[in-house]
Amino acid sequence: MGASLSIDYVTHQFSPSAAPTLKDIDTRIEPGEMVALIGRSGCGKSTLLHMMAGLLIPSQGCIRINSRQISKPSAKWNMMFQKASLYPWMSVKENAALGLMFAGLSKAEAVEKVDPLLDMLGLHDKKDVNVQSLSGGQQQRVALARSLATDPDILLLDEPFSALDAFTRTALQEEVPAICRERGITMIIVTHDIDEAVAMADRVLIMSQNPGRIVEELEVDLPWPRRHMDNGFQTRREELMNRFKGTDNGLQGRQQHTATDQSESAA
Amino acid sequence: MSAGTTTSTSSAVSLFAPTKLVRLLSNLQYPAMGITGLLFLWWIGGLLIQNNENLSAFSAFAPAPAFQALYDLVTSGEIWAPITSSLYRILVGMTWGIAIGVPVGVTIGYIGVALKVANVPFQFLRMISPLAWMPIAVMAFETWDSAIIFLLVMATVWPIIFSTAHGVRRIDPNWFKVARNLGASGPQMLRRIILPAIMTDVMAGIRLAVGVAWVVLVPAEYLGVTSGLGYAINDARDTLSYDYLAAVVLVIGIIGYGLDSVCNLLIKRFNWHVE
Repeated sequence: MGASLSIDYVTHQFSPSAAPTLKDIDTRIEPGEMVALIGRSGCGKSTLLHMMAGLLIPSQGCIRINSRQISKPSAKWNMMFQKASLYPWMSVKENAALGLMFAGLSKAEAVEKVDPLLDMLGLHDKKDVNVQSLSGGQQQRVALARSLATDPDILLLDEPFSALDAFTRTALQEEVPAICRERGITMIIVTHDIDEAVAMADRVLIMSQNPGRIVEELEVDLPWPRRHMDNGFQTRREELMNRFKGTDNGLQGRQQHTATDQSESAA
Repeated sequence: MSAGTTTSTSSAVSLFAPTKLVRLLSNLQYPAMGITGLLFLWWIGGLLIQNNENLSAFSAFAPAPAFQALYDLVTSGEIWAPITSSLYRILVGMTWGIAIGVPVGVTIGYIGVALKVANVPFQFLRMISPLAWMPIAVMAFETWDSAIIFLLVMATVWPIIFSTAHGVRRIDPNWFKVARNLGASGPQMLRRIILPAIMTDVMAGIRLAVGVAWVVLVPAEYLGVTSGLGYAINDARDTLSYDYLAAVVLVIGIIGYGLDSVCNLLIKRFNWHVE
C-alpha cells in the first residue's frame, strides 16, 4: 500500500562552502499520489529524489515516509534510474528477484515470486536469457520488475525512460502509472519532459534553480489512460509550459548553470 | 534401390559428424605445427651436441633418450611422487595467495585512498624476486616445505591483489547504488554484487599467479627439500642422468601448460562479458 512522503524544510549543500543546491523545500505527497518533479537540468530535482530514496541525507531538514524520518535506503521506497543497471552475470529472472533475495528469500523462492511480474511486463519468453541481449526497453522493464518485486510503498523514477525510443517510452508512460494505481503505490517521477509529466502525474511540481526550490504546482485532473492527442492533455501541457517559462530566472540562472551541473553530478 | 543406399550412406556419415571432426582437426593444425617445429629444433640441437666432442657427454638431452626416460618414469610410476609433491606445494601456496590476495585486493580497490597508499609499496615488493626471500624464509619457517610455500605466496599475492583491486575499481558505481537501493547489506553486497562482478579479473590474476608460482617452484625446490620436480632435476644432474633431466623438464612444461589451460577454462566459465 502506498505511503505518504513529506519533505520538511530540506536545504542541501554538497560542501559547507558551496551555495545550496536545494533550499527550503517543504511539501507533502499523499499515499497513492502520482507526482512529477520538473525543472531544468541542474536544478537539484534528481538530488531531491536521491534523498527520498535515502541514498543521500539532506544537510538540513528531513524526509519522512509515513511520518518516520528516513536515514537509509530500503526496497520499500525504491528508485529506478535512467540506466537499467542490470547485473550481467544474472539472468532476467534473477535480476528481477534480487531485492527479494536481499530481503532473505532463497533464490528459488524469489525467482518463483517474480514470475507473474515478468509475465505482466511482457517478459514471459525472456526469463532465462542474459540481460545483455535485451533491448533498452526490455532492460528497463526488467528494472521495473526488480523495483516492483519488493512490493514498494513508493516508486521513485529518475528520468527512467529518457534513453528509450519513442514507442517504448509512450508504452511505459502508460503502463507504469496504471501499475502504480492498481497497487496503490505512491509514484514520484523526475523528468524534464513536459509531456511525460502530463502523461504520468496527478500533480506536477516545478522547480527553479540556484537554489533549487519548488516554485509552482499544477494539478493534472485528466482521466486515465491519458492520450497525448486529447484536448485536455494539450491544454494542461500549454499551461504547464507557461508556468514553467514564468519560473525561468533567465540569464542569471543560465550563467550559473554549469556550476550547479557539476555539483549535482558529484552526488 | 540405389537411391536408398545413397541415403543410408549419407546418414551414416552424418552420424560421425564429419564437420565436428574436421573442425577439431583444423583447430589442432597450428598447435601441431608449433609442436613439430619445437621437436625439430630439439632434435637438431641433440645432433649438434652429439657431434661436438666437447659436449657429447650431454647427448642424452636429445629427444629420443628423453622420451625413453619419460616412458620409464611413467611406467615405473617414479614420476608421480615428485609431481604430487610439487602440485601440493602449488595448491597450498595458491590457496594462501588467494586467501590473502583477494581480500586485500577488494579492500584496496574499494577504498580509493587505500589503493593510492598501497600502490608504491606493493609495486616495490612485487618486483623483488620471490627467491630473494629464501634466506629469510629459511630462518622464519621450521620446515623447508613451509619455506617454499612462503616463497610461492610471495610470488602469487601480487598479481592476485592487483588484478582484484583493478576489478573492483572497474565496477559500475550504479551497481552499488541499485543494490543499496534494493536494501543490500554489506555481506550481501559482497556476495551478490562485488564477487561476481570481479570474478573474471580475479581469475585472470590467479592465472598470472599460477604461471609465476610454477616458474618459481622449480628453483625453490633446488634448496633443502628432497621431493618435487625441482629436486628431481637437481638429482638427475648430480647423477649425470641427462635423459631423466630432460624428461623432467618435459613434465614441468606439460604440467605448466595444463595448469594454465585449467585457469583459462575457469576464466571462460566465470566470464560474463558478452564477446
